[in-house]
Amino acid sequence: MIRFLANRLLGMAVVLFLVCLFTYVIFFVLSPDPAVQICGKNCDPEAIDRIRANLGLDQPFWTQFWTFLSGLFAGRTYGTGANAIECAAPCLGYSFQTSQPVTDMILQRLPVSATVAVGAAVLWLLAGVSAGLVSAVKEGKFADRFITGLTLTGMSVPNYVLALLLQFLLVVTLGWLPFPQAVPFGEDPGRWFLNFLMPWIVLSIGAAAVYTRLTRANVIETLQENYVRTARAKGLSPGLVWRRHALRPALTPIVTIFGMDFAGLLGGALITETVFGLNGVGKLASDSITKNDQPVIMGVTLLAAFLVVVGNMVVDLLYTAIDPRVRVGSAT
Amino acid sequence: MTFTPTPLEAEGAAGGEATGDPASASPPRSGRRLVRTFLNDRVAVACSAYILIVVLMALTAPLLVTLSGHGPLEFDQAAVDSNLGGLPLGWGGGIGADHWFGVEPGNGRDIFARIVYGARVSMTIALLATALTSVLGVVFGLIAGYFGGRVDMVVSRVMEFLMAFPALIFMIAVLSALPAENRQALLVVVISFFGWPYLARIVRGQTMSLKQREFVESAKASGASSAQIIFKEILPNLSSTIIVMTTLAVPGYVGTEAGLSFLGVGVVPPTPSWGQMIASSVPWYAVDPAYFLFPGAFLFLLVLSFTVLGDRIKKIAESGEGRA
Repeated sequence: MIRFLANRLLGMAVVLFLVCLFTYVIFFVLSPDPAVQICGKNCDPEAIDRIRANLGLDQPFWTQFWTFLSGLFAGRTYGTGANAIECAAPCLGYSFQTSQPVTDMILQRLPVSATVAVGAAVLWLLAGVSAGLVSAVKEGKFADRFITGLTLTGMSVPNYVLALLLQFLLVVTLGWLPFPQAVPFGEDPGRWFLNFLMPWIVLSIGAAAVYTRLTRANVIETLQENYVRTARAKGLSPGLVWRRHALRPALTPIVTIFGMDFAGLLGGALITETVFGLNGVGKLASDSITKNDQPVIMGVTLLAAFLVVVGNMVVDLLYTAIDPRVRVGSAT
Repeated sequence: MTFTPTPLEAEGAAGGEATGDPASASPPRSGRRLVRTFLNDRVAVACSAYILIVVLMALTAPLLVTLSGHGPLEFDQAAVDSNLGGLPLGWGGGIGADHWFGVEPGNGRDIFARIVYGARVSMTIALLATALTSVLGVVFGLIAGYFGGRVDMVVSRVMEFLMAFPALIFMIAVLSALPAENRQALLVVVISFFGWPYLARIVRGQTMSLKQREFVESAKASGASSAQIIFKEILPNLSSTIIVMTTLAVPGYVGTEAGLSFLGVGVVPPTPSWGQMIASSVPWYAVDPAYFLFPGAFLFLLVLSFTVLGDRIKKIAESGEGRA
């Protein structure tokens, strides 16, 4: 188990290192000179050189990359002498636009993204697994066909189209929901809930469809297993057969993809947050793209990669706990 | 979430494919029977028909635009009301004999023309990305599965790495950092770069099991080279898997292209794309819903058609071929 854990941790570190390197190369080597961008128009070459020296852009690539990496773990100092700026431990640099530390900018936005992600995840798990179970129990009947048709639709509708359609129908035409606005939970919980309702629905619909199909397929498959037949034959009550023998193996794969999907969402639901104007990490990323604010885009990319990789690892560990078969073959 | 691997694709990869309906009367074996089963399926035919319409629309775009009388880049200030901030005149965003699908608010560009030209962009990018992904996925999957050992380890690690990546954010990051010229080719490359592991993983698995079979052994014994075995013996046996996976991948790429264009890092204006049209309709959705409904409906139906079609083909292939 310890060897397995060490292996996974090492693999995780390698992936994260490569993600860092990859992003760094793209942003600081391929894209236009950041110093020119910061300096703006009417800028003399000396000023550009000064900014370059401040940011360490005059150093060779590997030195720059090393400074960036060590900044992530130990912090770094920009500039020298009197106007030196200290950037504390997980240092992702400073925004080119607002000159705020990127780490702070992301941390400020994280609660909104987490709210969106958690709400959507609860919704899609409940909807997906229950619809999948109904579909599996009623296999081939009307309910099953209806749900299957619904899942294909749910998987196909692009979430920004759905977002606009919902806003148009529920807010503009019917007036059932207020126009989405950021209201803190403490101030007016009811309003807060109504605000997040549409983003949750939009974000969860595609995943709910996938989970429905997966649950259905898995449950139908497990019900055909020999051990389920044995359990039935030895006279266990149908409820017990379902709970002990059918559901557990059928739902294990759901845990796997749930972990990864959820981790992916925490890094910001870019499109949903942008459409609804929610100030989360995803919106931060898409705003920074339009402004060409490279340190921020890079920070968000790294955060998202980190979350996905950590999510993968947690899932792997959970999997060994839930499914005894994996433990034996996990020596690789 | 519009994302490179389509949900169905991921599902196939996750092993949820065991629902091949064993009750479907006689599994079609010959090509003609396959076609007949397919033609009897009304939903599948409807989906193919819609896809065909979009393809035709894309191919004949210049002709259609001549018929409708407005080009995709042509401004028409007479069709919008400048006193109302450029809201289109007339019902439903200016639908009428002159502008079949109405006009864009603000500058009065013809929506029909932009939809038609947008179909070109969407289809070209999605199909090219599918082609490139399939080639990469099949080649790497075959190599990894056939040679095994160190080659397999390297390819598998690369695949794991790419699949662990937050692909959407990264695609956006790459596209925003790289220069804007020739965006469409760049889109194809970026989408394929993150897309191929999903096919390669499955091809690899099947190659590994096919490699153990007698006909491969006998080919080896009669002195065939590795390339001959891979392409003449193993590849033909993978054709149904590849067809299914490819069909399932197309809607994902259509969605990804539209999503990236929606976020402003895809197709650059003034070239129209459906995703980009929807993006520019966001400020207008409350007053001019037709502006987002047209591209939205076209996009949704295209993705839906490909998804349903892929699903049907998968079922036919599973019931027909089984594990031959």
